[in-house]
Order: sequence, then structure tokens, then C-alpha cells
Amino acid sequence: MYEGAVQDLIDELGRLPGVGPKSAQRIAFHLLQADPADVERLAHALTEVKARVRFCEVCFNVSEAERCRICSDDRRDRTAICVVEEPKDVVAIERTREFRGRYHVLGGAISPIDGIGPQDLKVRELLTRLADGTVTEVIIATDPNLEGEATASYLSRMLRDVGVQRVTRLASGLPVGGDLEYADEVTLGRAFEGRRLLDA
Amino acid sequence: MHVRHLSVADFRSYTSAELPLEPGVTTLVGLNGQGKTNLVEALGYLASLSSHRVATDAPLVRAGAERAVVRGAVMQDGRETMVELEITPGRANRARLGRSPVRPRDVLGSLRTVLFAPEDLALVKGDPGERRRFLDDLLVARQPRWAGVRQEYDRIVKQRSALLKSAQPYLSRRARVRRPRPGAEALDPASEAASALHTLGIWDAQLAGVGSSLLYARLRLLRDLGPYLAKAYDEVSNGQSDARVSYRSSLREGTAARLAAGEVPEIPELHEEILASLAAVRDQEVERGQCLVGPHRDDVLLSLGELPAKGYASHGESWSFALGLRLAAFQLLRTDLGDDPVLVLDDVFAELDVGRRERLAAMVGDAEQVLVTAAVPEDVPAALAGRTFRVTLGSVEEVVADDA
Ligand SMILES: Nc1ncnc2c1ncn2[C@@H]1O[C@H](COP(=O)(O)OP(=O)(O)OP(=O)(O)O)[C@@H](O)[C@H]1O
Ligand SMILES: [Mg+2]
Ligand SMILES: [Zn+2]
Repeated sequence: MYEGAVQDLIDELGRLPGVGPKSAQRIAFHLLQADPADVERLAHALTEVKARVRFCEVCFNVSEAERCRICSDDRRDRTAICVVEEPKDVVAIERTREFRGRYHVLGGAISPIDGIGPQDLKVRELLTRLADGTVTEVIIATDPNLEGEATASYLSRMLRDVGVQRVTRLASGLPVGGDLEYADEVTLGRAFEGRRLLDA
Repeated sequence: MHVRHLSVADFRSYTSAELPLEPGVTTLVGLNGQGKTNLVEALGYLASLSSHRVATDAPLVRAGAERAVVRGAVMQDGRETMVELEITPGRANRARLGRSPVRPRDVLGSLRTVLFAPEDLALVKGDPGERRRFLDDLLVARQPRWAGVRQEYDRIVKQRSALLKSAQPYLSRRARVRRPRPGAEALDPASEAASALHTLGIWDAQLAGVGSSLLYARLRLLRDLGPYLAKAYDEVSNGQSDARVSYRSSLREGTAARLAAGEVPEIPELHEEILASLAAVRDQEVERGQCLVGPHRDDVLLSLGELPAKGYASHGESWSFALGLRLAAFQLLRTDLGDDPVLVLDDVFAELDVGRRERLAAMVGDAEQVLVTAAVPEDVPAALAGRTFRVTLGSVEEVVADDA
């Protein structure tokens, strides 16, 4: 244990995801020895992010305005929505430049172990966005793990019930550069489910 | 295959130890508690990513150390592969194959072992979980890709059980008063129940999907294992009554009876059967907040002639049955893969009468590599004479023939 302020810093750092007690200690001492101006910038960045950044009122992506950059961009296709778990997934898909529609960030995936059910995700908000019929395709891009799959099948049943024209799921399965022989049963099974016709 | 060299660091009682090995028989001798089992446990961990003695990793790391390292040089078809695992309790293991870091799961199959231990008696006398583990471990040893399926299935069961527990207040017919989760938006109970049922359907589908593959694989395995078991038991016990295995399924009665009779339906049919069986026990599951149907509730019935082994077999017969199961696993892998797994006999001779000792020794003597541990060297039949190492308080030294 260290004296007051140092220990407080170590404790706070230790509460961050992926930071163990050892790393917390290392970061704390790094900050202690760092240039005051550098530390000031970090502190400022932290307070700013909390003060300025919030969630887009339409898609729940992170945003500095009421509506995020993508939702307020008129050039983006209004008829397609891509549903993802987290804001970082938006960034990943944007990087591919494949998708020109808009997003909907659920804020997680269904996981009873963690006490997360559909009512804890932005599902009702998604249904509201679909109500006027402008959106004709919903692409479900939840993670290709068990919880992501469960969320995807929940959503697809739900969306079919409300009559969305096209509900699609990102293909998942075999890693590029991988070897079929070494794929496990689960991955291979999913890849099979997601198989598609080859263009002649 | 055989192991040419085993090293451990901060594993159990060892700060570090090096064990050079050869094909043929190697015996580890030493007084009780000196660290013989610890060494073969390390070898078993390298092969299966789990210990045959404990369910968690913490006891494997030397008291006071942070992580343990186990490394083995495995020879197969004249090629050597270095397999290394770093075990840190509470965190994911780190693994290497040769020089490259890989997912721990990817080392499965590089080393295969069949380990006989005093704990094996639990295969016959213990809970169904012991027998499920035996089957699933063998499944993975035979085809490593089943490790992923097994993991996925366990997670599905956990998720579905958690949902059943949390949905109990909404779904249970007994529940009159509704207890909403703190922080959850107030919804009317009817729609909350509908939503819980709706999500339960999703998990039913997951359970049936992955569960049917797992069940199918177990049924095939058991069908293949049966003949080897009958033969092995017959040999160990010197021609006494016949040992049989049959699958005890948690599915609906009619199906369960077919599976018990040795039928192996195709996966789509098993899939439908799991869904139907889930529907049949829905009310019970909701009342109890437990997942009552699926491979995680199944068992294997071991019987000698007409009688079940559990509760009927004598101590000696139970031992022979356990040995028979391990020997059958060895024969199955040997035939299937065209290559011998490394055979480990941890302290088993002390438990057997002279006749069983000699017969067991005769049956395993031709394996490519056999590791034997014994506190009393005289317990090991002469047929298994080979290199000997003396284990003393966490250090290992070869015993030269003359002063043995
Ligand atoms: N994590 C650990 N750290 C330090 N010592 C340990 C640890 N786990 C086990 N031990 C010690 O290892 C010893 C047991 O070793 P092991 O089980 O290999 O004995 P053995 O030689 O097989 O004995 P026996 O003949 O009785 O089977 C015990 O003395 C135990 O205290
Ligand atoms: Mg021992
Ligand atoms: Zn937005």
C-alpha cells in the first residue's frame, strides 16, 4: 500500500478493463515521473470525453452532437440499417467502406449469465426506427460467438414478425488463410449455414 | 508417439525438473509425497489441458509462484515437436507449438496420453460427471476439434440455466408476486413472460444444435469402444463375466430406450428429439430453474452381465472395469490413429492382486512408451522392467542398474 493519492490513482487505474494490479502500479509511477504538461493533457482528455461525448439519439453510437456524424449525413442510404453490438464495431465496418447505410448500436448482446436480456439492449428503439417502412433491409452484424448468434436469431425472428423485407446476417465461419481441415465443428457448421451461391 | 524430454518449472512441488525419456518403459520410484504423480500429471496436462486430479489450475502452480510452465518434446513419425504450456491460474493459458505461439486448444493432438490412476475407480463408483468426462476426453483425444464443441456446449448450458433461473419469477406458475430486477424498466408481467419464453426458444435452438452433434459423437464413440472394453475386461479379469456399456440419455423415454440399445440416429433426428424433449420438460425446468435435458445430464451405464457395476460390483471387479475402460481407450486410439498414445500407469499396481498385475503388464508391455510410478518398486511386475528414476522431494535422478 502507498500513501493516499498514489494509492487512489492505482486503485482507479486498476478498475479499468484489462488493467491488473501490476500494470496499474506501473502506469501510476509512469504518470508520477511524467512531464506535468503531458499529465495535464491526459486529465483534460478524460474530463472532455465525459463532458462532450454522448450517445446518438438515433443509433446510439458515440457522438458529440445529438445525432452522430453518420445519422446526420444525408448521403447515407436510409433504407438499410446495420445492427452491431458496440460502437467499436461501427468503426470496424466503416473501415471496410463496404456499407453505405446507417447503423444501430445495441449496446451489447443477449447473455443471461451477465443478466442481459433483450430489454437491456436498444431493441425497442430499433423497432421504432423501422416503424415507418423506410428501412427495407436490416443487416445483423453481431459478433460471431454464442451470445452474438443468440442475439442475431432473436432479432431475426423479431424483425420477420414486424415485416422487414430483407433481414440478412453477416457471413461467419472460416478465417481467410485458414485450413478447412483444422476448423472445429462449430466454425465449420456456421460456415455451412452461411454458404452462398457462386456467381456463374 | 513418445516423449523424448519433459521439463517443468514451478509446477506443483517442482521449482524445475528435467526428465529425459525414451521409448519403452520408464519407472518413477520414490516414497509417498515426493512428486512422482506431479510429473505424470504435468504430462497429462500437456495432452489434455486439464489435470486428472483437480478441476482448477491453482493447485498446479508451485505455492508462492505465479505461473507454471510444462514443456515436452514429442516424437511422432520421426519428427520432433516442442509443446509448451504456461499455466497462470485465473487467466487463459499460453501455448507454443515449436517456436510459434498458438491458442492452447491448438496443442491438443500433438501429444496423446492414456493415464491410469487410483482416481479411476470413480469411473465406476462415482457420479455421472466422471463418465461424461471420460467420454468427452476420449472424443477430444481422438479428434481434437471436439474440444471447441464441448466448450461451446458448456457455455450454452450455462446461459440457458441462467435464463431459466432469472425468468423463474415471470414464468413459474407458482409465482404470484412478480419480482422485477432492480433497474429494469417496469413492464407488465405478461409481456415480460412472453419475452423470457421467446429468448428461451433461442437457447433451446442453440442447445439442440450443438447438443445433437455432441450426442452423436458420444454415441458413435461408445459404439466403437464397446468391443474393445469387452475384450480388455475379459483379459484383465481372466475370463470373468462380460463387461458392457450403454448410453443413458436424458431424452424422452422412447428415444432414451433406443439409444440405450445402441442405436445411433443421425444428427438431424437427434436435433428434433432434443427439441421435443425440451418441450416435454418445460414446466419442470421453469419450476426448478434448471436445464434438465441434454448431453450434460446423460450418463453411461456400466454393467457386468445383467447387473450394473455401480452398487453391485465388488471392489476388485470395479477396479478391473476401470482398467478395462482405460485399456479400451488405449486400443481404440491405437487402432484409429495408427499410432500409440503414451501410456501412464500412476500407482495402479499397488491396488491390484498379483494376477491382475501380471495380466495388465502383459497387455501394455508392447506400447511404444509406458511411464510407471510406484512407491514400492516390488509392486511393478518384472515384465515392465526398464529405466528407473528416483524421485526425492522435487528432484529426479536416474537410478543406474547396479544400485537399483
Ligand atoms: N502447488 C504446490 N506447491 C507446492 N507443493 C505442492 C503443490 N501441489 C502439491 N505439492 C506437494 O507435492 C507432494 C505430492 O506429490 P505427488 O502427488 O507427486 O506425490 P507422489 O510421489 O505421487 O506420492 P504417492 O506415492 O503418495 O502417490 C505433496 O507433498 C504436496 O504437498
Ligand atoms: Mg502418486
Ligand atoms: Zn447515429
